Amino acid sequence: MLKKLISKQTALAAALVVATSFGATSAQAADSVHFLIPGGAGGGWDGTARGTGEALTKSGLLDSASYENMSGGGGGKAIAHLIETSDQAHGTLMVNSTPIVIRSLSGVFPQNFRDLTPIAATIGDYAAFVVPTASEYQSFADIVADYQADPRSIAVAGGSSRGGMDHLVAAMAFKAAGGDPTQVKYVAYDAGGKAMAGMLSGETHVLSTGFSEAIAMMNAGEVRILAITSDERSPAAPNVPTLQELGYDASFVNWRGFFGAPSLSDAEAAEYQKLLADMYSTDAWQEVRDRNGWTEIFRPGPEFMTFLEGQEQVIGDLMRELGFL
Amino acid sequence: MWDGIFTGLTTAVAPFNIMMVVVGCFCGTFIGMLPGLGPISAVALMIPITYGLDPSSGIILMAGVYYGAVFGGSTSSILINAPGCSSTVVTAFDGYPMAQQGQAGKALALAAYCSFTGGTIGALILLVAAPALATVSLSFQSSDYFALMVLGLSAVAAFSGKGQVLKALLMTIFGLMIATIGTDVIYGIPRFTFGNLDLIDGISFLLLAMATFALAEVVMTVLKGEHKEDDVPMDMSSLGSMKLSKEEVKHVAPTAGRSSLFGFLVGVLPGAGATIAAFLAYGVERNLAPRAIKDKFGKGALRGLAAPEAANNAASTGSFVPLLTLGIPGSGTTAIMLGALIAYGIQPGPRLFVDNPEVFWSVIISMYFGNIVLLILNLPLIPYISRLLIIPRPILIPLILFFSITGVYLVSFNSFDIELMVLITVVAIFLRLLSFPMAPMLLGFILGGMMETNLSRALIISDGSLAFLWERPLTALIMSIAIIALLLPIFGRYIGLKRFSADSLVVADKGEG
Repeated sequence: MLKKLISKQTALAAALVVATSFGATSAQAADSVHFLIPGGAGGGWDGTARGTGEALTKSGLLDSASYENMSGGGGGKAIAHLIETSDQAHGTLMVNSTPIVIRSLSGVFPQNFRDLTPIAATIGDYAAFVVPTASEYQSFADIVADYQADPRSIAVAGGSSRGGMDHLVAAMAFKAAGGDPTQVKYVAYDAGGKAMAGMLSGETHVLSTGFSEAIAMMNAGEVRILAITSDERSPAAPNVPTLQELGYDASFVNWRGFFGAPSLSDAEAAEYQKLLADMYSTDAWQEVRDRNGWTEIFRPGPEFMTFLEGQEQVIGDLMRELGFL
Repeated sequence: MWDGIFTGLTTAVAPFNIMMVVVGCFCGTFIGMLPGLGPISAVALMIPITYGLDPSSGIILMAGVYYGAVFGGSTSSILINAPGCSSTVVTAFDGYPMAQQGQAGKALALAAYCSFTGGTIGALILLVAAPALATVSLSFQSSDYFALMVLGLSAVAAFSGKGQVLKALLMTIFGLMIATIGTDVIYGIPRFTFGNLDLIDGISFLLLAMATFALAEVVMTVLKGEHKEDDVPMDMSSLGSMKLSKEEVKHVAPTAGRSSLFGFLVGVLPGAGATIAAFLAYGVERNLAPRAIKDKFGKGALRGLAAPEAANNAASTGSFVPLLTLGIPGSGTTAIMLGALIAYGIQPGPRLFVDNPEVFWSVIISMYFGNIVLLILNLPLIPYISRLLIIPRPILIPLILFFSITGVYLVSFNSFDIELMVLITVVAIFLRLLSFPMAPMLLGFILGGMMETNLSRALIISDGSLAFLWERPLTALIMSIAIIALLLPIFGRYIGLKRFSADSLVVADKGEG
């Protein structure tokens, strides 16, 4: 699966170069895109939509972009809105991420990604396991050893509730390491930053969080990252081993991407995919990407759908095992 | 370190950065004054502007907007009982009664002086001890936060007038109950949402405060309007003097000092914040006050206004400790600022004041200037701003309605919130007509949620044992203070019986100002 993805990505990148090199003259600027953001101002979804819109308009690929924040129901309100107004919303792209899969499974909202038209996953963030610099744990294997001896001796902090992303990733890792995932002593905080503060205060032993959040704290010298959930080591932190390398067969990526209205035609969807594909090589995008520290993972159309189904399967199985479903 | 401070000073006094402080303070004050529009909206508005600036100037601007908004938020709390932002909700408890008694000018001036005191004391502590304070930020565990929230709830007595203890307790419990609506932070289970998607995210504090204070106040004014047509405008147009007498300054100064220190410490904790600091400081001052003054709280007590104003500004300054020295945001506003810093390629953390001394120290030094700017900016404006009260009712009331509703809508962009606001307003009006106090409900609401999640966390960590209550020294200490705060009034009443006659004379004298 890993190799398939990588080769696909490289092939795609090559295709991109070709497309843009001769597409430069024939590239037609689309008129406008209306970005629907299922959360309030200042969050991750908001930043992704506005950053993407900024890159598209500044690079001239798009004439104008408009944004609409519609929070409520953990994102369910915006999904319901997009489905309801489908026929008038062909110019709308809704931003979303891994929680749409988790929240559909747990029944927060009745719809799931199949009720929409997946356009593409554009950026992603891996998960990471983090301990304070002063911690006795030098490797994830040390934690696994203690976990196997007594699962309740390891308190894992995370910025999502039980059954949320940070908890599931921790359970996934301990399961791959041969532990009982139902025994994870997971301590939920309101947000990643508070979970970090909780771990640094010494009340929990290890933090399950996004790699991009962790890397910042590692560079600040406060924490040590014991493992990352990507398939290959990250160039941003070449010393951090992957779970795979350590012998635990688990990987996870928190993607962010875009969905269109359910009644979108294939041609329209393909147009949006081309628009996003063209974006990656522009200077405007590179500026936005670097400013936010995003990792590119381009998975358009059918590939996105396959990926979503795979993620739904893995997370669904895990949630059933943990008793959340 | 002195090298760093010197670099920071030269950066902070650069003409352009001074201009950024002024612009930031001005924008912040203005946005803060609009009911409901608080520091989050204000700072978020500034993000596109800061992209073009260098890191020091950008963060100085955003910091200015932040404490400017907290500074300005008190104005609408005092004048029209419509909190400018969540952290100035408590300001309305005594500020608005003062304005109603024709002391609007004095209330605004006192709020400005206390905000200045809080902000300046906060900036000075930051300057002296910012790197060392990181340890304080990380010293609080979930069980300590739980104890702090219990201490906060013990202040409920502060919100109950004479013979209203039962009603205040009922409203506190009502607030605690409302706090449980929405998805539980720990278990992720929706509670009391009745299958309604819009309730999944819970009810926001700002919405509840705006509905029970701003909207309910406006509707009450309209309801009462016909009887008071003659005397109300006259009463309101007398703005009163802005000057505080020497005795009043002496009376308020210790409160402002204490609340500044206390607020700063609460602000340093990433799990608390300016709003909680204001509630706690108010409660502490009420508990410390002598009986005669105690009874004035909620009816226009100078100390009741000074405490939250000093505390919220000191707390917003204090919240820069976890932000700058740990890279951990304690509030939505500082989270946005953290994003902006990272976008600049600057990583806040223990190395910030070594790696980027010009950013670290210039922000702190600019806060000192910023507070002077705010004072100079606000004091001369008071006579003009308080003229707001003479705007004829038919114009003022729709304006308040418009800004209050827009302010709440602009946070969530969910039209359901407007419907919910109207519903809560209707309930609040009935409760007010039955003379149930609203403040204890807000207290219960804001502390209840945090109290519950922190207790749950502490229990998960300890595997269900309550031993942390006495085994962890910090938790035990705070719990003991809370218990003393609860029991003291009972003993105090017993001991004070002998002095009762003297006390009641003072009360009668100072009673209904």
